Amino acid sequence: MTRTILSLASLSLATLAALLLVTAGCRPASSSQSASRLVLTGSSTVAPLAAEIGKRFEASSGIRVDVQTGGSSRGLADARQGLADIGMASRALEAGEEDLASFTIARDGICVIVHRDNPVARLSDAQVVEIFTGRIADWGAVGGAPGPVTVVNKAEGRSTLELFLKHFGIDNRQVRASVVIGDNEQGIKTVAGQAGAVGYVSIGAAEHAAARGVPIKLLPMRSVAATTANVRGGRYPLARPLNLVTLGEPKEPARRFIDFARSEAVHDLVEDLSLVPALESLAAGEASRPSPTES
Amino acid sequence: MSTARRPSGRSRQWTSDRLLVWTLRGCGVLTGAVVALIAVFLVVESFGALSGVGLLRFFSDPSWHPSAGAAEGTFNLVPMLLGTLLTAAGAVLVATPLGLFSALFCRVYAPTAVARPYRRLIELLAGIPSVVYGFWGLVVLVPLIARFRPPGASLLAGVLILALMILPTIALAADAALSGVPRRYLRGAAALGLGRWATLSGVALPAARSGIATGVILAAGRALGETMAVLMVCGNVVEMPASVFDPVRTLTANIALEMAYAVGDHRSALFVSGLFLLVLVSGLVLAAESIERRKVVG
Repeated sequence: MTRTILSLASLSLATLAALLLVTAGCRPASSSQSASRLVLTGSSTVAPLAAEIGKRFEASSGIRVDVQTGGSSRGLADARQGLADIGMASRALEAGEEDLASFTIARDGICVIVHRDNPVARLSDAQVVEIFTGRIADWGAVGGAPGPVTVVNKAEGRSTLELFLKHFGIDNRQVRASVVIGDNEQGIKTVAGQAGAVGYVSIGAAEHAAARGVPIKLLPMRSVAATTANVRGGRYPLARPLNLVTLGEPKEPARRFIDFARSEAVHDLVEDLSLVPALESLAAGEASRPSPTES
Repeated sequence: MSTARRPSGRSRQWTSDRLLVWTLRGCGVLTGAVVALIAVFLVVESFGALSGVGLLRFFSDPSWHPSAGAAEGTFNLVPMLLGTLLTAAGAVLVATPLGLFSALFCRVYAPTAVARPYRRLIELLAGIPSVVYGFWGLVVLVPLIARFRPPGASLLAGVLILALMILPTIALAADAALSGVPRRYLRGAAALGLGRWATLSGVALPAARSGIATGVILAAGRALGETMAVLMVCGNVVEMPASVFDPVRTLTANIALEMAYAVGDHRSALFVSGLFLLVLVSGLVLAAESIERRKVVG
C-alpha cells in the first residue's frame, strides 16, 4: 500500500516538475515592468537599426534594450498585447490600427534586383507585373539575353512582400515564384547565385551588398534610380517608413528611447545601414549642418 | 513499473539500490512527460486552425496562402507533406549505398593507415552544423544546378545536401555494426574458403543487418526533421514538384520561414504543420519497429 502511494506521489511530483519546466519555457518574452529594461519586437528591416541604437542608448542611460525580430505584423501584435514595450514595423499604420502610435525613425525603399551580368537595364511596372505573374518567363521578351526567368518571392507575412504586391497591384496567389526566400540577405545571395534571377529587397541591404562586390544590379523604378539618395529626396516611388510603434502614447522609458532614436545622435547609425534618417529630423539636421553626405 | 518484488523486510529500507530505482523512474517519467507535453502543446496550439479551418481543408484547399485568416485564406499542406517525404526518401536512397560502401571500405578493404584518418573524417562530417551545409549548398550547389536547369534551388539540391548530412550517420552506424560481427563468423567463413566479397555479402552484412537498419532509420529521422539546410537550398515554393529540378517546401522549412511572421489562424496553421511532422515521424518509428520485429521472427 505504501509503495503505491509513494509511487503515485513521486509520479505526480515529477509530472508537476515537468509541467513547471515546460510552462516556464513557454512564457513569451513579456515586457518588463521595471524601468531598467526595454523589449522591442518586430520587423527584421528595423531590427538591425534598433539594435545599434539600443547599444548606444544602453551606454548613455543604463537601460537594457532587448531587440527580437519577427516581422512587422508580430511587432504590431506584440505592442498591442503588451508583450513588447515597443513594436517595430517597416510600414505605415493602416486603417483599424489607430490604437497604436507610430514614430518614424528612418526611411527605406524596395527595389527590384537582378544579377550583375543580366543585360536588362530597366523594367517598366507592367513588365515587373508580367514577370512576377508568370506571363513573361523569358528574358528575351524584355530585351535581355534569352533564358528562363527565375522569380524570387518572399514568404507570406513579410511586409516587404505586402508593400511590393500593393505597389504593383498583384495578389500573392497570382505570383509564379521559382524560389521563396525569407530575409533580404537570403534574397541577395539567391539572385547573386544565378544569372536569370529577379527578386526584390530593401534598397539599403542591396546597396550595401553591391558596394561589397556581390554581383547584383539594382534596377531603377519608373526611371528613378534605386539609391538611398533618391529615397532621401522623396523621389523614389516605392519607399516605406521604418516605425517604432507603441500602444497609445509611449510611457517612460520607451518615450526616452523613441526620442533618442529620432534624434540626430543616431544619424550616423542610420546611414551606416544604408537607410535614410526620418524626414522631419533630417530637415532639422540640415539647418545646422551645412554639408550633408548627399551631393 | 514492474520490478521484481523483494522480501518485504528488505524493501522498506532506503537502500542505495532503491534510491537508484526511484531516480531512474523519475528520469523516465520526466522524459516521457516532456514528449507527451510537447504533443499536447502542439494539439492545443493547432486547435484554433483545426476547428476554424477544419482538418479536411488542409488537404483539399487549392493552395497555401494562410495569412488572410481562416475564412479567406487557403491551407493546403499536401505539397509540403510530399516535399518532406520526397527530400527525406531521396536523401536516404542516395546516402544508404554510399554510407554502407564507405563503411565496408573503412572496415574491410582500407589499410589501417588509411582507415583511421578516414573514420575521423567521417566523424568530422557528422559534426558540421547543418547551417554550414545549407550555406555551402546555397552558394555552390544551387548555382551549379542552375547552370543546367534554373532555378537551381530544387528538390535535387535538397536531396543532395540532406544525403551529405545523413551520410556520416549511416556510415558510422554501419561501421559500428560491422565491427560488432563476431570474429568466429568471419573465421568460419574463411575456413569454408569463401572469398572476401562472399564473406561480406553472405555473412558479415546479414549479421550486421539490424545495426545498419537502425542507422538508416536514425538518418531518415534526421532528414525529415532537418530545417535550416533545406530551407536554404530547396526554393520553398509550395507546389507539387513535376521533376527533381522543381522547387519544393518542406513542413519544417514552412514553420521556420513563416512562424516569426505569423499571427492568428496563420500561426495556428503552422502548428498543424508541426503536428503533421510529428505524425510522420511517429509513423516512421512504428514502421521501423515492425520491420525489426518481422526480421527477428522471420
